[in-house]
Amino acid sequence: MSTPETPSPHGALDELPPEEAVENAIELKEVEGLSQNQIVLRRFFRHRAAVAAMVVLIGIVLLAFTSIGVGPIPGWWKFSPNQTGALANPSGSPTMSLPTWLGGTGLAIGEHPFGQDEAGRDVFARVMRGTQTSLTVMGIVGLVASMVGILVGALAGYYRGALDSWLMRFTDLVITIPVLVLGAILGSLAAGAGGAYLLAIFLGLASWTTLARLVRGEFLSLREREFVDAARVAGASDRRIIFKHMLPNSIGVIIVNQTLLMSSAILLETALSFVGMGIRYPNVSLGQLINQYQEAFATRPWLFWWPGMLIVTIALTVNFIGDGMRDAFDPRQKRIPSQRKMDRAAARTARSTAAAAEPGL
Amino acid sequence: MYLMVSVSIRPLDDLLESTSPNKEQLIAARRVLLDLDTPVVIRYVKWLGNFLTGDLGTAWVSGQAVGDKLGGAVVSTLQLVSAATLLAILFGVAVGIVSALRQYTSFDYLITFVSFVLYSLPAFWVAVLLKQWGAIGFNDFLADASQSWPAMIGAGLVFGVVAALAVGGDARRRVTGFAIGAVATSAVLAYLSLSGWWSTPHLGPVLIAVVGTGFALAITTLSTGLRNRRSLGSALSVVVLGIVLYTPLQYLFAYVPMNWPFALALGGVAIGSGWLVGRLWGGPDRGQSSRTAALTALAVSAMIFIDQVMQVWPKYFNAPAIKGRPIATVGDRTPNLGGDFWVRTLDTYTHLLLPTLALLLISFAGYTRFSRASMLEVMGQDYIRTARAKGLSERTVVMRHGFRNSMIPLATIVPLDVVALFGGAIITEQVFGRPGMGQLFIKSLHNAEIEPIMAYLVITAGLAVLANILADLIYAALDPRIRVNA
Repeated sequence: MSTPETPSPHGALDELPPEEAVENAIELKEVEGLSQNQIVLRRFFRHRAAVAAMVVLIGIVLLAFTSIGVGPIPGWWKFSPNQTGALANPSGSPTMSLPTWLGGTGLAIGEHPFGQDEAGRDVFARVMRGTQTSLTVMGIVGLVASMVGILVGALAGYYRGALDSWLMRFTDLVITIPVLVLGAILGSLAAGAGGAYLLAIFLGLASWTTLARLVRGEFLSLREREFVDAARVAGASDRRIIFKHMLPNSIGVIIVNQTLLMSSAILLETALSFVGMGIRYPNVSLGQLINQYQEAFATRPWLFWWPGMLIVTIALTVNFIGDGMRDAFDPRQKRIPSQRKMDRAAARTARSTAAAAEPGL
Repeated sequence: MYLMVSVSIRPLDDLLESTSPNKEQLIAARRVLLDLDTPVVIRYVKWLGNFLTGDLGTAWVSGQAVGDKLGGAVVSTLQLVSAATLLAILFGVAVGIVSALRQYTSFDYLITFVSFVLYSLPAFWVAVLLKQWGAIGFNDFLADASQSWPAMIGAGLVFGVVAALAVGGDARRRVTGFAIGAVATSAVLAYLSLSGWWSTPHLGPVLIAVVGTGFALAITTLSTGLRNRRSLGSALSVVVLGIVLYTPLQYLFAYVPMNWPFALALGGVAIGSGWLVGRLWGGPDRGQSSRTAALTALAVSAMIFIDQVMQVWPKYFNAPAIKGRPIATVGDRTPNLGGDFWVRTLDTYTHLLLPTLALLLISFAGYTRFSRASMLEVMGQDYIRTARAKGLSERTVVMRHGFRNSMIPLATIVPLDVVALFGGAIITEQVFGRPGMGQLFIKSLHNAEIEPIMAYLVITAGLAVLANILADLIYAALDPRIRVNA
């Protein structure tokens, strides 16, 4: 499916018209001696937007988890999310300001860079706590949904027959109910201290359907392939065939879908918390922060902007990473150099031929 | 589902926390009211029996019958979803197709980036932003409607750049595109600002004629090409017909009380007469002419309708219930407004504006991505190469061979999408306080009323099943390779 068959060095290449042979040779040279994973990794790192998104996302994760610490471990930020204090600026506006040449009052971070809310709580710490929760929920949803989805899809696609039709009818049943609705109903069970984890697991249990369908489709086509027959003839058990032979071959579909699922998971969780059906009071999430502060939009806009910007940034970066993954895993993907690059390459060859010709003169 | 809902709601919560002296009695009374002592499975069977006989039950907190509640909610949601979906499909597909035709250009990259950003926007955040910023800002603007020159020129320049990127081609074509886009936008904005259009919006026969001719040209270009004189003639004669009928229609609207069936019937008559005009122009391909003319007639009649709605703007603007702040943020109609059909229609529109925009922004991104991918796939097919090799014009290749085929997969996701929106406009409805389906669901969940929740679930699930069947049938009808009874 992915690695082009290696043509014998002379025979196959000679049969092709010369231009195509050259093109093939160039393409093959690029992937020579690399494993499938290395090829995919290379393609991914060539996708500039995806790499930039990855850097930003890692930055956000580090910032969120180190600044205020996780659980009992303290972070480097001096305020904690629920600690109240005196207002530094009137009405708690942010102390962060831009350099003067950007229209600010001079570059400064100050005590409360994101400002404070009406109770004097530090917004930066609260937003970071919310980001932690939202990121955790996103991760758990991705994990749970992919486990259930892979299991259902793999069993249905591998065994076919009655099991397949039962599992798929069940999937159809879950699909008929909007995820948001299912999440709202299940989410109202998940109040209390450990609520965030419970909510994430429930959301994962509501959003595995697309992945199950995709994996089933992939398995249906994979099980007809020769290497599966070979494994079966060699006496491999069903479990070994599924997990060792077929699953690694459908990993591209799974990873891409899971990434996109995670970006929708963070939007889903924040939306639920916004309506008041998701993360609740003692816990903090980005959506809940927006809900809490939306009334204060006119008087304290910074309470509203930061959580929103963080949600958008996280969802956007995850989407871009997913896009990069899709390109990297797509075997049909060919790189078409832009006109400018072609011109530059042509100019370079012209120069080098000129340089080569000169000594001869 | 019934079991799950019944586990997740807690109808006794408010009583358990209450401090009233007769707490025990109250709890007992409510247990009887809600039949909570019966096991949940039996309650489910009871509910199912009632449901099958057409009794949806009552919501116990408000005492309203669920059927009545649903009626209003469905209408409100339908208004919102239909407008948003139609516009999103129209714009999304158009932009997606152009983006696909200009693959790997700056325009394509720009659209890809914008659609990614829109895709990542949380619906509630956009909705709150629109409500707090858009509504207040626009209302302030309408109170003193004038734009500064730099703003108008700036908008013109931005539009010009987008136009230049969209037309593509060589430098000269781009410069022309930029100039036309920039000048046209600035001129339109200047006209609107200087003629006081914002405070007394109107179209009038002149504008209808100008815009209608534009529509006629555009529709003809896309569907048959300007070379087809008969088609162009029939489209233009429909515009003339519309202008001639403009004045008589004003009298009709003034003296005959209006309602929606009548308006839709008039629209139908307009499309029919457009079709007839196309027939009368005759020629070997009169089918195409009548199609073009019918589409033009639809556009012209819609403009006459909008013009009529706009004419009541000053009256609406100064109505005591509005107080000069027309863009509403809450509900789906203004209470105590009064007025005739036109005023109420305008009122519905001002209430629809912001929620529609919020939904539009997000589904627009999805349709753009989808139609771009689908168009790219189709344009890589062999039959496109064949069509080009036959020497067909680029318009025929793109519109007839490319566009039509790329719409097949789209036709199958639209029903699913509409249903998803129908059940899932929850957030938008919540923020804008529209009494729709989503609002009904959230409120019932808060109030722990199981009957409305179940009715909501049954309706959304039923619609989803219907939409799936519909999508399969549409696919089979559009794609001859698929047989239903295979």
